[in-house]
This record gives sequence, structure tokens and C-alpha cells, in this order.
Amino acid sequence: MLKAMFGEAWLAMGANRLRTALTMLGMVIGVGAVVIMMAIGQGAQYAVQQTISTMGSNLFIILSGSFTASGVRSGSAGAPSLSVADADAIAELDGVINVAPTHSGTRQLVYGAQNWSSQVIGTTPAYFEARAWSIASGASFGDSDVRSSTRVALIGKTVAENLFGADDPLGRTMRIQQNPFTVIGVLGSKGQSLDGRDQDDTVIIPLSTAQRKVFGTPFLGSVRMIMVQADSADNMPRVMESTTALLRQRHRLREGVPDDFFTRNLSAAAESEAETTRTMSILLGAIASISLLVGGIGIMNIMLVSVTERTREIGIRMAIGARQRDILSQFLLEAMMISFAGCLLGLLLGLGAALGINLLTGMVIVISGGAALIAFAVAAGVGIFFGWYPARKAARLDPIEALRYQ
Amino acid sequence: MTESVIRVVGLGKSYVTAAGPFPALRGVSLDIKAGEFVAIMGPSGSGKSTFMNLLGCLDTPTTGEFFLAGQDVAHMDKDALASLRNRMLGFVFQGFNLLPRMSLQDNVALPLVYAGVDRAARRARARELLDKVGLGQYAESPPNRISGGQQQRVAIARALVNSPRLILADEPTGNLDSHTSEEIMRLFGAFNAEGITIVLVTHEPDIAAHAGRQVRFRDGQIVSDELTAEVAK
Repeated sequence: MLKAMFGEAWLAMGANRLRTALTMLGMVIGVGAVVIMMAIGQGAQYAVQQTISTMGSNLFIILSGSFTASGVRSGSAGAPSLSVADADAIAELDGVINVAPTHSGTRQLVYGAQNWSSQVIGTTPAYFEARAWSIASGASFGDSDVRSSTRVALIGKTVAENLFGADDPLGRTMRIQQNPFTVIGVLGSKGQSLDGRDQDDTVIIPLSTAQRKVFGTPFLGSVRMIMVQADSADNMPRVMESTTALLRQRHRLREGVPDDFFTRNLSAAAESEAETTRTMSILLGAIASISLLVGGIGIMNIMLVSVTERTREIGIRMAIGARQRDILSQFLLEAMMISFAGCLLGLLLGLGAALGINLLTGMVIVISGGAALIAFAVAAGVGIFFGWYPARKAARLDPIEALRYQ
Repeated sequence: MTESVIRVVGLGKSYVTAAGPFPALRGVSLDIKAGEFVAIMGPSGSGKSTFMNLLGCLDTPTTGEFFLAGQDVAHMDKDALASLRNRMLGFVFQGFNLLPRMSLQDNVALPLVYAGVDRAARRARARELLDKVGLGQYAESPPNRISGGQQQRVAIARALVNSPRLILADEPTGNLDSHTSEEIMRLFGAFNAEGITIVLVTHEPDIAAHAGRQVRFRDGQIVSDELTAEVAK
């Protein structure tokens, strides 16, 4: 019985090929659009998540700010108000897993006949953990290097390529501000940051070395920035509050005196970026769904025409013993087959187009089985939903009227 | 005594029209025994089509009783009627009413689809009946490849495929020339001789003469019910 019904639905679809093909096209475009839009949307989300994950998670930074002495506000250019001791104190706070005081600036690097300007970061080993920065080759420096101001450096991929070219940088000596530094490691690649900066164009050296030899800071032990990593996103606000309170206490700021530092939540900015792409991806999906809906309405339209055209056939079928549900399932099956076939083609078209976009523009796309499955389920639902009304109309025809229909 | 295939008592059918209820049938009683060949005649509007629709279980009466092979049809629901049509009745129409997209064999087999017969058995039975009406060689052709007379023979094969108790033929020769009409009527005669009950609606006395019994309708009532020999006199 079911096989016979599939056969008949197939015949009915074949009876008017152009019409069936055009009806299907509506579904093909609808499903294709959903697949492409979802691939692009999810791709954008994936790209943002990748960038965020290179930054490190649950991070905030404390920047030294303006302090007021005898009514004179120093602005942010004054002597740094933060100290390594502040950083050590913050590390003791609840919910803090990594604290890295940093001092950075742009300096000229020299190796042999080559030179290259790059961002030099002086920090402590905790920095690598906070930013989840892997070491591609060689090793990181330890706390002892920071204590004894050794002249060792880890370099990013961009620096390695531009300064050392084909040479293996490990163990080589380069100069920063005339001071020789031994390259002990090459950092893993991180790519672009959220603001588009090349994170691999970086040299990381021990904080004390940086302050003494590279930046020539007059106040040893003071820093412009401290990076803090909280143990979870939920704990971020609490950790930031307790850090602020601790610093105010340590800096002996009385009630009413403004903070002499700023705290910035890095993760919050990243999250809002992620939120934006999520919204965009939902929006794209919603717009694509409209075309799916239009495709469904196309099916309903054609099925209604088909029911009218085949009124006499329905009458004959009823006369020879088709029950209402036989007629209903026949037309429903036909609508579903058109919908399914259209969906399958749409899926292929969508995947092909998404891959094409990826190849031509290099845009990141993500094709998930889940999205394809959803598109398929929706299309089947559309087939049933929009096929139901015409099928019911056919099933409810009066056999006498239907037989008399010219 | 032979069993009644059709027994109707005081059958009435009214249609609701803008001018109020219109009685298309007014108290028709008729008894048709198994193996009879009955021609129903009458002018347009005499109620014979309404009567055929009721006999065909396509409609239910407003008043009266209708027993088809002993089953009370007057109070059945739509699905039960559909099942009854499928098992007990075969229809032959004026316009042949074959489905254009299907082969003749599939057309003949169609009632068996709704009876839930499996494919192999359907094909075998359909082929058997096509052979019986002399069109076995066209089994795989579509209906538009053969003549009207041949199409009507296929329609008769379809009507017989479920081994029904009763064949209802509504002006089966209305679209055919007189020579082909004769052929079709001879075919009906042959099946009637095998014991199949046939009820046929026609305008033409020549055609009605093939039946053993002629029933005339006028204004929703039976005005005469005679054996063919008497009519001829």
C-alpha cells in the first residue's frame, strides 16, 4: 500500500515536471539560504571565539592612573601608581588564579644585519598562563629569571620570521637597546587580536630585566599595568571589586578620593563582540527562514491547484473505495516528497555555495550537522504544514460532486 | 428463493436548495435479486441519477431503508461506505474515467490498492481481467493509446477486479457509437451470464433492451417495472 502510494506520488510529480521543479525550486532556495546563512553566521561566531580564546579568558587589567598630590593631578603620564607588591597582594585574593605585572613598549630589535621594531613586554611567568600562551619551541623563563634580571627573551612568530629569517632563533643573541638577549623560546602563534593587532609581533622578557635594561624605569618595582585572571566568568565582578578595595587600601586612598588606577574588563569587551555576532547569526537565519516559508507557501499553492485539477481523479478514487484518509495521505505524501526533494537539493546547494564562499573569499564558515538537520526537519514540517490544507480539502470532496466535475 | 442484492424500501432523498428542500426521490421501493440485469430509464430530473448515487453508496438517503446484500447502508459513515464500495460494487461511467497517468493494468488494479492487496497479486488479478475483456496485450499502455470502446472495456475490467456483488453502470454507452455500444452491451451480457448482478442507467431503449428488466423513473418515483419481454410487446 505504502509503496503503491509512493509510486503514485512519483507519477503525479512526473506528470507536470516543470511545475514540480519550480515548486521544488522554492524549497531549494529556502533551504539553501538557511544553510548558507547558518554556515556564515556560525563561521563568524567561530572566528570571534577563536580570537577571544587567544586573548585568554576571564581577564581584567589594572592600569596605573592619575594620582593627586597637593591638588595636582598627575594624569596617566605620571609615575606609575601600581607596584609589583600590589600584584603580589592581588595574587592572594580569593578567586584570583594568575596575576602578571607588565611593562611594555615598542623597541628596536637587532640581530646581525637585520633589525625590526616590535612590542616588548616585560612580565612574570604568570603572564603565559593568564593569556594561555603556548611555547612553540624552547622554554619559558621562570621566577628566578625575574628575580635575577637575566637577559633572556621569548619571541613571537612574526619577530622570528623578520629578524632571524631562515635561522633557528633558539640560543641566538639579539639586541634590544644595545643589550644582548638570548632567545630561549619561540611563542605559539596567536594571530590577530580583537583590535586587529598582530599578537605574534611580540617579544616577552622578564619584568625586572625590562625595567632595568630596556625601559630604564626610574622606579624599580612600580608598573603601569597588572593583568589579573579570575577563576570563572561568574567571579569576575566580585574579584574586580575586591581588587579595587585592596588597591585603595594599599594606596591609602581615603573616602572620597578618586582611584589612582583604572580597571578594565577585557572579557566583557570580547563577550559583547561575541554577542554581536550571535545576534547577526540569528538575524541571518531568520531572514533565510522567510524564504523557506515562501517556499512552503509555494507548495501549498501548487497543491491547491493540483487538487482542483484532479478533482475528477479524486472522485474516481473515492468511487472505487478510497477512504478520506487514503486521499489525505496521497496528497500529503506528494507535498512531502516535493518538500523533501527540494530540501535535499537545497542542502547540497547550500553546502556547495558555502564552500564556494569559503574558497573565494576565505571567509570562515562552519557547517554543522545540527544546522543541516534543523533545516531538514523544518522543511519536512513545512511540507506537512502547507500540504495539510490542500490534502484535507481533497479528502473532504464529495465523491458525487467530484465525479461530475469537468 | 434468490437472495436480494438490493432491497430499498420507501427511499427518499431531498436536497436543500435556495427555494427550500427539493425532493429528488420520493419513496422508492425496489428489490433486485442476485444475477439480475436491470436497466433504469427515465428523463433528466426523474431522480434516476440520485437513485444510482444511493445505490452506489456515494450518498446516504434522507428517509427509507437500503440494504445492500443484506447490510443496512442507510446509516453508515463515510469510511464504511468507502469500504463497502470497494468490496461490493463496481462502477462503470459514461466517460470511462480511467486515470490518464497510469498504465491500463495499474488502472484495473487500483481498487485492489485500497483493498490492501499486495502488488504481485494485484498485477496478476488485473492482468487476468484485462485478458478477459480482450485487452491483455495493452496492459502496459496508457489509456489514451486505445479507443473509447476499448477504454470502456478496461473500465469494466476495473469494475470487476474486486469480484463485486453488483456492477453499477451509468450511461456506459453514452460516448460510444452504436456498433461499439453493442460490443459493450454484449460484454455486460456475458458477465451477467456468469452471475454478476448489473444495474444500468440509460436513455436508449435499444440499450435497455439488453437488460432483463426495465425500471422507469419519473418525478422521483418508479412509474413502471417490467421484464424486457413485456416491454417489447
